[in-house]
Order: sequence, then structure tokens, then C-alpha cells
Amino acid sequence: MSPRSSIRISKRFIRVWQRNLTVYQKIWKVVLLPPILEPIFYLLAFGVGLSVLVGAIHYHGSDVSYVEFIAPALIAINMMQSAFFENTYASFVRMYYQKTFDAMMATPLNLEEIMTGEIVWGATKSVIATAIMQGVISLFGLVQYPEGLLIIPLAFLAGIAFGSIGLFFTGMVRAIEMFNLPIFLFITPMFVFSGTFFPLENLPLWAQRLALFFPLTHLVNLTRSLSLGLMTPDLLWGLGYLLLFSLFFFPLAILRMHRRLIK
Amino acid sequence: MAYVIEAEGLRKSFGDLVAVDGISFHVVRGECFGILGPNGAGKTSTIRMIYGFSPMSGGSLKVFGLPISEGWRAIKARIGVCQQENNLDPDLTVQQNLEVFARYFDIPKKQASQRAERLLEFIALHHRKNAKVTELSGGMMRRLVLTRALINDPDLLILDEPTTGLDPQSRHQVWERLEELRSKGLSILLTTHYMDEASRLCDRLVIMDRGRILVEGEPTGLIRKHVGHDVIEVTAPSRQVRTYLETERLPYEDLGHRLLIYAKEGEKLFRKISNEYCQEGCILRMATLEDVFLKLTDRELRE
Repeated sequence: MSPRSSIRISKRFIRVWQRNLTVYQKIWKVVLLPPILEPIFYLLAFGVGLSVLVGAIHYHGSDVSYVEFIAPALIAINMMQSAFFENTYASFVRMYYQKTFDAMMATPLNLEEIMTGEIVWGATKSVIATAIMQGVISLFGLVQYPEGLLIIPLAFLAGIAFGSIGLFFTGMVRAIEMFNLPIFLFITPMFVFSGTFFPLENLPLWAQRLALFFPLTHLVNLTRSLSLGLMTPDLLWGLGYLLLFSLFFFPLAILRMHRRLIK
Repeated sequence: MAYVIEAEGLRKSFGDLVAVDGISFHVVRGECFGILGPNGAGKTSTIRMIYGFSPMSGGSLKVFGLPISEGWRAIKARIGVCQQENNLDPDLTVQQNLEVFARYFDIPKKQASQRAERLLEFIALHHRKNAKVTELSGGMMRRLVLTRALINDPDLLILDEPTTGLDPQSRHQVWERLEELRSKGLSILLTTHYMDEASRLCDRLVIMDRGRILVEGEPTGLIRKHVGHDVIEVTAPSRQVRTYLETERLPYEDLGHRLLIYAKEGEKLFRKISNEYCQEGCILRMATLEDVFLKLTDRELRE
């Protein structure tokens, strides 16, 4: 059908997105709990437990408490994980075990639209999880408004970025267990070294530079600045990086899936 | 003559492996056309090209008169496909499976649920419409996949081994529904390796092997032409019966422990053979499509 040379996407990808939403509506009660409970656990453990040892942190020219420092990082990590896990494990189950994509291919949808629907759904999961978690964290008075409202559209962009690279891995792995590899080599290092639980400046200079390649570094910085109400022009660099990252991995994910599924 | 499918020199290769090796066939509107063949013959590769899943490697292919490469979206909107796997949505109910699938075709919600209701009635699954798919039996799941393929009211129904793995009751139920659909004028393309299924459903069929079409025709015509009317099976044959067949130049197949003798009018020959050569283990039966199939595709196992 669709020649390899061109990627053709119509708004029909919404149909794929709707399919995932319909399934989500059946199981939402189960999947809603983690984003509510996770920040509470983390805030209690790290915030209340560790903040006594840590005291205040110097961030972008102002002193912030440790709890204020890590709360936005928790939101950023949550954005990353929601989309990444949706477009790895969940997409893999749909592709490999349930053969959902095969069934869709026998309808007017094409592969590009199916994959776009998957990634946009991953981003939607990121937005849902962010809204819930941000709501909980806001109850503790840890998010500044109105700047904090921009975290929601940011969650969508982050979802596209991490969902795209997630689906790219889905197009590569032979078995579901192999997702351990990108998780240990990509997700876990970012989880700890992206300025999440301590300022990036505490790392040696070479490591700081390396961390700038991590999309999570920029996402944490953006989320933290918005949540602390610190709007500065240099945030645009981070935004630009996430955009570029998405523009690179989105077509790459589709190409990879094309090579895997179209025979 | 209005053709639903026109394939000319259709080819599909995967690297060095040629799965479909330049086949040509036409499917006429309103007929049930079968593609038969052992495993690996190229049946599924062929139909995957027709419903736009696989790009073709060569030749030309028109569906509803449109070339597949240009008209794929319009073509896919008018086709219903029942794939080999039961790829239903396990998290959704029976009814939801149909409604979600209808959305892929841009069918409005109200129309979709009306159609789903009607189709579930037709396929005798209406009483389970709120059941989860995982609660259904294998036969019910298969019927639901078939129902799903009808949700867009297709002009062409493509069935890839529709009754594989079903119990006899479910198979007959599926066959009856397919006959009903055909009688209403729906064009059907079917792959199967059940010869009784092909004999019963297909107006015309091709037998494929190793990517090529061996024969094409009506089931009874093929039987007459390649086997004859009757088959005499001789179990544990003696040397004398072989000698007799050789001297009389009668067509037969030697399977070692068993002979299959193909005869136009088998009764006289049967009486002679059973009286003179084998008192036991000798039977006369009607020739079937299976005889044609095994004769043409030889008997070795395909894996």
C-alpha cells in the first residue's frame, strides 16, 4: 500500500486514539491510583525525611526548600514514564499479543496513522497523569499559578518526545523482556542524573554537559521553573530541545514500525 | 463482466524467498472464489496484498477496478477482512468490539450500534453482546471476527481460513451464514485448506503451491478433470493388483501400503478388483476435491 518514500497521515489517527480511550475508560479506576499515590509517597519520604538533612537549595538565584525542589521533578518524571511505558509495554502488547494493529490495517487506516494515534495517546496519558499529580502536589501549595498551568501543555510535548522514543524501541525489541535494556540504559540514568533529586551543578562539569543531552534534564528544568513561577527566556532552549527530540524520533519510530510490521 | 479482483502476474517476494510467483486470476462480482493450497503456498501473502496490508513486489492488481496502489483507502473502505488470528480487543465487550471497529471506517455512532445489533442477531451472538471477549468460546470468537468484518457493509468479504480450529457445529454455523451472505450477492474471497469447506462454498477456486497457481475451475469440474468420478482404495495391495493395473493402463496412485485407483465409472472395476484381488480392505467412494488437491500438490509434508 503506502510507499516507503512518503509518510502520509490524515486526521484518521484520532480513531486509533479513541480506541485506546475506550479501553482506558474501562480500566481507569485501576490506572488512576499511581499518579495520586506516587507523589504522596515521594514527598513524604524525600521531602519530609530528607529535607531535614538537606535544608534549602539554591536554584536560579533564589533559595527553595527541598520539597519545593523535588516536587516539580516528580511531575516531570511522571510525564516521561507515563508516555514511555505506554508506548513500550502497552503498545507492544497491542502489537504483538493482541494483534490490534493487524486488525486496524484491514480498515481504511494506514500504518502511519496507527502509530501517530499510539504516540498521541501516550502523550494523552502523560497529560492525564500530570494533571492528577499536579493537582495533588498543588494541595501542598507547591505549585505557583498561573505559570503552573503551562505544565499541562508541556506534559503533552514531553509525552510526544518520550512516547516517540518508546515506540521506536517497540519497533526494535524482539521480546517484551528486552525493554529492560532501554530502561536501564536510558530511563534510569535520566531518572537520577537529570537534576531531579539534586541540582545539576553538584555534578562534575563533564557530567553536567553530558546531562544536557538527556531530554529529562530540560523537562525537569522547565517544569521546575514553571512550578516556581520563574519565567526566563532561556527556558526556550529547553523547549527547543524537546521539540527537536520529538521531530527526530517521531518519524524514526514510524519508520521503524513500518519496517517491523509491513511485510 | 464486472470484476471485483483482477490480478495479473502478481508477485510477492521476501528477500530471496518468492512467496507469490506471478499469479493471475479474476474474481467476478457475486461469486465465492477460493484459494486452496498447502501451508506456505502463498495464500495469505496473496490476500494480504489484496487488502492492502503488504505492498506487492510485481505485477498488477485491481480491486473494484481501481489499482491498489492509488485507490487503497477507497478499496479498504469497501472490503471486510476476517484474518486468521482472533485479533479482537480483549478489554472490550462484544458490542464494543464492533463499535470501535466501525469508527475506523468513519461510521457514525448511531448507525454503528444499529448495525452491530443487527449483525449480532444474524450471527447468533446477540445474547452475549455485553460479555467480555475473553469469556467467549473459540467458536464464538471466530463468529465475532466474522461479524466485525461485516460492520462496514462490505462489497467484498475476504476470509483467511475462517473455520480453522472450530468444532463441527461452529463450522457449519459459519458456513450457513456465509452461504446466506453469498446468496445476497456478496463477493467472497476465501482461503482454506479444508476441502469440504471449499467444495461447499466456492463457485470457483484455484489450487496454489509454491507461489504458483496449479489449476483453476469449479470444484466439480476439477474433480472430473483430474480424478474422475470414483476412487477405489485398496489397502495392503498385492503384487497382482499392481500388475493388473499396469497391463490395463489404469490411472492410479501408489502410496505403498495403499493404492488409489481413479476411475470414470468405478463400479464395474471395483467389482472386478474386489472379487479377484482383494476380499478385504477395498472400498469404492466418490472422488473429492481432496483427491485433486493431494494429486496435484503431492503428499509430502509441508512445514
